[in-house]
Amino acid sequence: MGIRERLSGNEATAYAMKQINPDVMGAFPITPSTEIPQYFAAYVDNGEVDTEFIAVESEHSAMSTCIGAEAAGCRAISATSSCGLCYMTEMLYVAASDRLPITLAVSTRALSGPININNDHSDAMGVRDTGWIQLHAETNQEMYDNYLQAMRIGEAVGLPIMVCQDGFITSHAIENIELVEDDKVKAFVGEYKPVINIMDKDHPVSVGPYAVPTYYMEAKRQQAQAMIDAKDVIRKVGKEFGEMTGRSYGLVEEYMMDDAEVAIVIMGSSAGTAKEAIQELRAEGHKVGLIKIRAFRPFPKEEIIAGLSKVKAFAVMDKADSFSALCGPIYADTCAALYTAPTRPLGINYIYGLGGRDVRVDSIKHVFAEVEKVAATGEVGETYRYLDVRE
Amino acid sequence: MKDIVEIRWHGRGGQGAKTASLLLADAAFNTGKYVQGFPEYGPERMGAPITAYNRISSERSTVHSNIYEPDYVVVVDETLLSAVDVTAGLKKEGAIVINSSKTPAELRPKLKGYEGRVCTIDAGRISEEELGKNFPNTPMLAAIVKVSGVIGQDEFIKDMEGSFKHKFASKPQVIEGNMRALKRSLEEVQVG
Repeated sequence: MGIRERLSGNEATAYAMKQINPDVMGAFPITPSTEIPQYFAAYVDNGEVDTEFIAVESEHSAMSTCIGAEAAGCRAISATSSCGLCYMTEMLYVAASDRLPITLAVSTRALSGPININNDHSDAMGVRDTGWIQLHAETNQEMYDNYLQAMRIGEAVGLPIMVCQDGFITSHAIENIELVEDDKVKAFVGEYKPVINIMDKDHPVSVGPYAVPTYYMEAKRQQAQAMIDAKDVIRKVGKEFGEMTGRSYGLVEEYMMDDAEVAIVIMGSSAGTAKEAIQELRAEGHKVGLIKIRAFRPFPKEEIIAGLSKVKAFAVMDKADSFSALCGPIYADTCAALYTAPTRPLGINYIYGLGGRDVRVDSIKHVFAEVEKVAATGEVGETYRYLDVRE
Repeated sequence: MKDIVEIRWHGRGGQGAKTASLLLADAAFNTGKYVQGFPEYGPERMGAPITAYNRISSERSTVHSNIYEPDYVVVVDETLLSAVDVTAGLKKEGAIVINSSKTPAELRPKLKGYEGRVCTIDAGRISEEELGKNFPNTPMLAAIVKVSGVIGQDEFIKDMEGSFKHKFASKPQVIEGNMRALKRSLEEVQVG
């Protein structure tokens, strides 16, 4: 049952790539591109994979390379982070609207300025409307597992998929991990059968043409439908992965929610820290739980409604700000999901962990104390709050 | 209660404190433990104070924050004692291990009233004598293993020999030097 190892999140991602042996990697080979292309380049150099590694001069070109390769019927991958992801943005839209199921590993990091290299979700949140599926991992294990599931998901609905982990916090930390045997990975991921392949002369197709107003909107409606359809695919692939490994996945993970009276909604590595806080608070008699978002795009509307309808009050934790003078991105989507739900608990929003601000067990306990106050008094007060900040 | 040991490393950029924390994670992993090994990242500058961390436990720790109340602290560079609050949050049941030619009694006055064990190891000298260069990593690693008891010493020696043989397959003299440095450090660490 699995191979016991210890790897950083970046090493684990490169290892998953090696096991899958994709056709093409297009990558900008230096920072902020993460260590992933570096580790993967070693596999290419050693002949452990036969991937065509195309080193380019920018992330814009890295994504362009992936688009060209995927349109030619190849499995194409890349990896990036922070401002590198921003620089790809124009081509991210093209990849999604051309319906090319490219797989992109992201180690999420802050954006300038002030200049900062540490973790938050500003980069991933900045590209949330590009039409890419986004999975987020709490641990190196989840990053690896999500990566192994990514191509099955993206290829089933014809959308590109971003597999995200928290920069440095999991990407550079060594932790235990259980790897899946090569033959099982190969069988699970399967051969790529491209729907779009410009090299297939028997099925000619145009990729990336001009669409006049008569057609543009229909293309967008189909893209929207693919993202809706992705929800069931993610659930199905996550269940099948569980049958193989014992580790099942859905759009969200519920933790101690069955009898919870208050909850937090959280994404990424801090969910683990929050689990420790929940254990300690439960030992003192507090009925607290959490919902961890694994799939941010598509947004898990049904799971959020089902989970939060059980509680009196909740807080949504956002590791990025939208500067809307209103709230962060996950709070906005959570409230949009709940607005027409039969039961609507009271909710507040915390912006936290920006630029690597350490998120401690005590930080999460403070949030729960505030949510319990909301539940007890029925007063939400200011909903747009910052956690662990000097003012 | 989970049996978790938390260790904080203080060093200067380029001295290998990060590598040492990863080596300790490796060694503990090889004895069947759950491990975390991670540095605190920032602007990378040679000589600037850096911090790295280990969590070692028999069940997986889900916490992904830095360590504020460590069981043990390792100081790879003695000059940090006047620059960084190395004993901040350090549990008095634990210990601090400092790379120094001084005795624990000589260093204790610099540790802001820390009441726990103070341990010293002259890792620089051991490294110079056994490896011909100042690589304090290997001796410091052995010292923290001995002081913390987080891994059995025999297991540790056996595991490190395997790692060195793998890492330095073409340089047997380096393997022998490193093994001598480890064993001497286990003997020579002073506990006060």
